[in-house]
Amino acid sequence: MSNDKLQQAVLSNDRLEVTDSPRLRLDKNQSFGRTLRKNLFDGWKNIFLTIVTAVFSILVISQVVNFVLSNSWDVVYIHLRLLMIGQYPLEELWRIWFALYYASFMIGATWGLWKGAAKAVGLTFGTVYLIFAVIPWTTLNTSLNLAACITLIAAGFVIGHKIEKIKVAVLILWALYIPLTLGLIMGFGGLIDPVLSRYWGGWLLTVILASVSIVGCFPLGILLALGRRSSLPVVKYFCIGYIELIRGMPLIMVLFIGQLLIPLFLGGSTGMDNVTRAMIAYTFFAAAYLAEDVRGGLQSIPTGQFEAAQALGLNKIKTTFFIILPQALKAVIPAMVGLFITILKDTSLVAIIGLADFLGTARRISNNPEFLGRYLELYIFVAAFYFVFCYLMAYVSRYLERSLSTDNR
Amino acid sequence: MEEAVQFEKSTIPLEEREDIIKVEKLNKWFGDLHVIKDVDLTVKQGEVIVVLGPSGSGKSTFIRTLNALEEFQSGTIEIDGIELTDDLKNVEEIRKETGMVFQQFNLFPHMTIVKNVSLAPIWVRKWKKAKAEKIALSLLERVGIPEQANKFPGQLSGGQQQRVAIARALAMQPKIMLFDEPTSALDPEMVNEVLDVMRNLAESGMTMIVVTHEMGFARQVADRLVLFDKGEVIEMAGPEEFFDNPKHERTKLFLSQIL
Repeated sequence: MSNDKLQQAVLSNDRLEVTDSPRLRLDKNQSFGRTLRKNLFDGWKNIFLTIVTAVFSILVISQVVNFVLSNSWDVVYIHLRLLMIGQYPLEELWRIWFALYYASFMIGATWGLWKGAAKAVGLTFGTVYLIFAVIPWTTLNTSLNLAACITLIAAGFVIGHKIEKIKVAVLILWALYIPLTLGLIMGFGGLIDPVLSRYWGGWLLTVILASVSIVGCFPLGILLALGRRSSLPVVKYFCIGYIELIRGMPLIMVLFIGQLLIPLFLGGSTGMDNVTRAMIAYTFFAAAYLAEDVRGGLQSIPTGQFEAAQALGLNKIKTTFFIILPQALKAVIPAMVGLFITILKDTSLVAIIGLADFLGTARRISNNPEFLGRYLELYIFVAAFYFVFCYLMAYVSRYLERSLSTDNR
Repeated sequence: MEEAVQFEKSTIPLEEREDIIKVEKLNKWFGDLHVIKDVDLTVKQGEVIVVLGPSGSGKSTFIRTLNALEEFQSGTIEIDGIELTDDLKNVEEIRKETGMVFQQFNLFPHMTIVKNVSLAPIWVRKWKKAKAEKIALSLLERVGIPEQANKFPGQLSGGQQQRVAIARALAMQPKIMLFDEPTSALDPEMVNEVLDVMRNLAESGMTMIVVTHEMGFARQVADRLVLFDKGEVIEMAGPEEFFDNPKHERTKLFLSQIL
């Protein structure tokens, strides 16, 4: 191992740890060598730890680099379309591109209007688009579409930045996003041909399942949490019963119930496909957990807040809506986002009921005899993709928390 | 619009004014605990009543029953001609007429000061937002902190928060203001800024019931003082008589302990 390498490793190690620890901060006034000595080589214990960490880091990094470079990633890029959108018909692909265009523009506009966390979302999406656009094995068509998405983020940003007035329009368009794009992807009302949900798959299916469940469980969970505190015994005990029943069941069982019992209750030929049933199951499952998170928030509001609102003449509904819920929801943002991240990852369980989500598709590909034993590349790709989006959610949540905090003296 | 903020001190002598609060034979229990025993109180328009008493004497509970924050089991409460019952409409009417200021301020921490003050006028009195905010600003001016309008409660000192709380209660244009130990949670140097606002309010002719331990304020501002002990009204008198010539031993004891 050469000295150069060691120094490099020490440096990279240094940078990883520097940010949060005041002891390890690089001081601009000090010479580089002295900073290094002070932070990493003062005393034999520190020298020992530095060397051990360095050796270990080099080992890990070189192994990873070696793996990335020496392996052929064809198993991923050959199946890239399958991993992303499953078997969605090629001639209907424009619908998905439209959904992406729509999202890109909206993210850009939100970034331009409100700045803040939308910046991170815009940059992450832009980067992911860019990576997919420039890797050599995407088709020209795809690259062009991705470039269009990046352009739309930029255009949205400029428009949002310049024109303040479109705030309301952007909010309305966001509210319409899921119904519109979902309707488009499914095909609706005889206007556009339906694309059966059995052709949905990969990341597309994961995102649809997760976003519908998250958006659906939010109002449901809040209602359940409020209901649990209701003074009407019927409402109260129904909510308690529902929450405890769902929380007492494994998610997989709820999924099975969704698949088997919904058709049973609603009659065999409801025309409800199993993706819809999975969505319903996830929504109802997540709502029970969200209700408990929100209840925690409601309990953290001091009674003085209720009394002050009442004394001002606000009735119960107005008190809840203007005073209690905003504070309660703000208090439980970390817990709620934790739940949302869990939902995104838990959608992988639909593999059990025969749907091919992102992870499920990867598993199916790895079973392909032609690529036998090549699962590591696939799973690393899948893991990285999950990580990027889960981390993004966590980041946005932390940002929201900070920007909503009002007690900074 | 200005009448929303300005009150006129009536020139009619107190005895000849209308009753605005009538409490008769009020009784309240917390479980087995009898916290208010046969309390009678009549308050004239524009009168300032200061309620004194040791902690646990029921004085806070008493003023909280007046705007239905606490229930009571027997007796009657009549406020501005409306009898307080369990009926929700009725309760809402009474709460419109009575403003309340709490010991812990209870401002809404997620709203700016001006939103705190204008919220109830917009959603209960159904005023236009512009009108409500204009009145909110003039009230903030009246309590001496117009420059804080766009801050959040957490950024204000305790005294400032309590003054905002007074402005918030006044924004509903109540006929009666109830103060539940408004200075007890304040640092000593902030007590006076709140008392000044209250003194000012009393001079402008507002009907007030104040639970407090501030004897100087009580002597100076009160038209009548009421001493509570163990849920009963022990003594009720004007300030001179109450402080200099109390009738009851319990009052003398209380005054000797507190003065």
